[in-house]
Amino acid sequence: MTKELSKKVLNIKPSGIRKFFDLVSEMEDVISLGVGEPDFDTPWHIRDEGIYALEKGKTFYTSNSGLKALREEISNYIKRKQGVFYNPDSEIVVTVGGSEAIDIGLRALINDGDEVIIPQPSYVSYEPCAILANANPVIINLKAENEFRLKPDELLAAITDKTKVLILPYPNNPTGAVMEKDDLDKIARIIVEKDIYVMSDEIYSELSYNGQHVSIASLPSMKERTILINGFSKAYAMTGWRLGYACAPSNIIKQMTKIHQFAIMCAPTTSQYAAVEALKNGDKDVEVMKTSYNQRRRFLINAFKEMQLECFEPFGAFYVFPCIKEFNMSSEEFATRFLEEEKVAAVPGNAFGECGEGFLRISYAYSLDNLKEAMFRMKRFVERLRESNKKQ
Amino acid sequence: MREELLGIIEKNSKIGLKELAVLLGSSEQAVLDELEALEREGVICGYHTLIDWEKTSIEKVTALIEVRVTPQRGQGFDKIAERIYNYPEVRAVYLISGGYDLLVIIEEKTLREISNFVSDKLSTLDSVLSTATHFILKKYKDHGTVLAKKREDEREIIMP
Repeated sequence: MTKELSKKVLNIKPSGIRKFFDLVSEMEDVISLGVGEPDFDTPWHIRDEGIYALEKGKTFYTSNSGLKALREEISNYIKRKQGVFYNPDSEIVVTVGGSEAIDIGLRALINDGDEVIIPQPSYVSYEPCAILANANPVIINLKAENEFRLKPDELLAAITDKTKVLILPYPNNPTGAVMEKDDLDKIARIIVEKDIYVMSDEIYSELSYNGQHVSIASLPSMKERTILINGFSKAYAMTGWRLGYACAPSNIIKQMTKIHQFAIMCAPTTSQYAAVEALKNGDKDVEVMKTSYNQRRRFLINAFKEMQLECFEPFGAFYVFPCIKEFNMSSEEFATRFLEEEKVAAVPGNAFGECGEGFLRISYAYSLDNLKEAMFRMKRFVERLRESNKKQ
Repeated sequence: MREELLGIIEKNSKIGLKELAVLLGSSEQAVLDELEALEREGVICGYHTLIDWEKTSIEKVTALIEVRVTPQRGQGFDKIAERIYNYPEVRAVYLISGGYDLLVIIEEKTLREISNFVSDKLSTLDSVLSTATHFILKKYKDHGTVLAKKREDEREIIMP
């Protein structure tokens, strides 16, 4: 066959750190601080509900937009947490993870050549999804000195008359940054004035350690222009169940559901039954996991302070994003040597956008014992680097 | 801080003051004060170690004994409970709702020692009406900790 494959897909750059990941997968006995998923098992009562659904033979498709019982629980949950009401019949679609919601949300909004504003460092799939939807991605390089929050002037500078949607990825992967209500108020004013949409990826909303997470959808005039994305992976340790959802005005959900219906049919049925249980009776589990993450977060921040590594205190997700610029090497070089010399894997910051260069994403979805050993090795590594830099 | 502090040391009483302060985002002095207050108030009753005796060569037999008793006037179950828990071989005594009154957990080196305790000491107490002894064959989980083999991290490597 000689006919060329899709140019659009061929032109999407593979991840810049694939080499690093090939290396990680070849090595044995590595302490990996690279994984972006909880180390907890899905709470037993939620798994049990999935098993029960299977035993009862609930193995059919659900309606395209998801089980009604689940959409109702999602509606209750958002109302309870954010004070915003989404109609379960017309303003919610259950998706295969938050990732699907990002994809179909963008495809529902974009006309060829529309611009999608993507603040980086951020999750790796926004840019490819925007490109696949025929949008032009416009990157905002967030700054460490702003704790990687999106600032109003940065947003204003990125907006043109082609801007269609801003992606708002907070609490943030990979930086752990959050946007508080004050920050969001300023952004929302610009969004309304410039009449653009927001895709708010709030998959880490439950993992906010400095007060409750605030959704931009809860601010005045914002619900009508926001696609709120959330899911079960991070809060309930349900990554492998592949379940997320989008809440948005009915005209948007209608179009998103159309794509979802033709591409996916419906989200996995077993997972949906389990998710109903998660939303009904899972608050306590979330609290227990969050307490544990928070202790690890404090442990890491303190460890970096002790090894005098520059790092702002992140208040969300389960990542810290220390700066390694003092060592005069690229993130990837640092990560590769750290892996080879100390057998600890951390993700180079540039995986999440060019402005992540000079940083390292360290996940604390690991037991405290693992983190202790990893920080012991990191301290040894950092001191060795400083020593050899001094000699040169 | 109190609840979180208790949550940590319930699982790991060996943890040092410095580390506790880091995990709780507090100062060592504040943690120390709180620990002392908790000990003073009797909230913290001891710092025990969870041992899986099965993995040692030391023989131990544990039994759960259901005890039906006649409560005593003016003192309810407290007096009889005290007479039972004063035996050092008794590990725990709980007042239980339902079919019987007291649940007694006893640990001894041999089966015979336990049966001697039940027949000679427990059953002969005046207010004890009847007993039913259950021997523990295997402990799967104790004090919230699974005693089975630790699981490996099965998360696969996935590009972020």
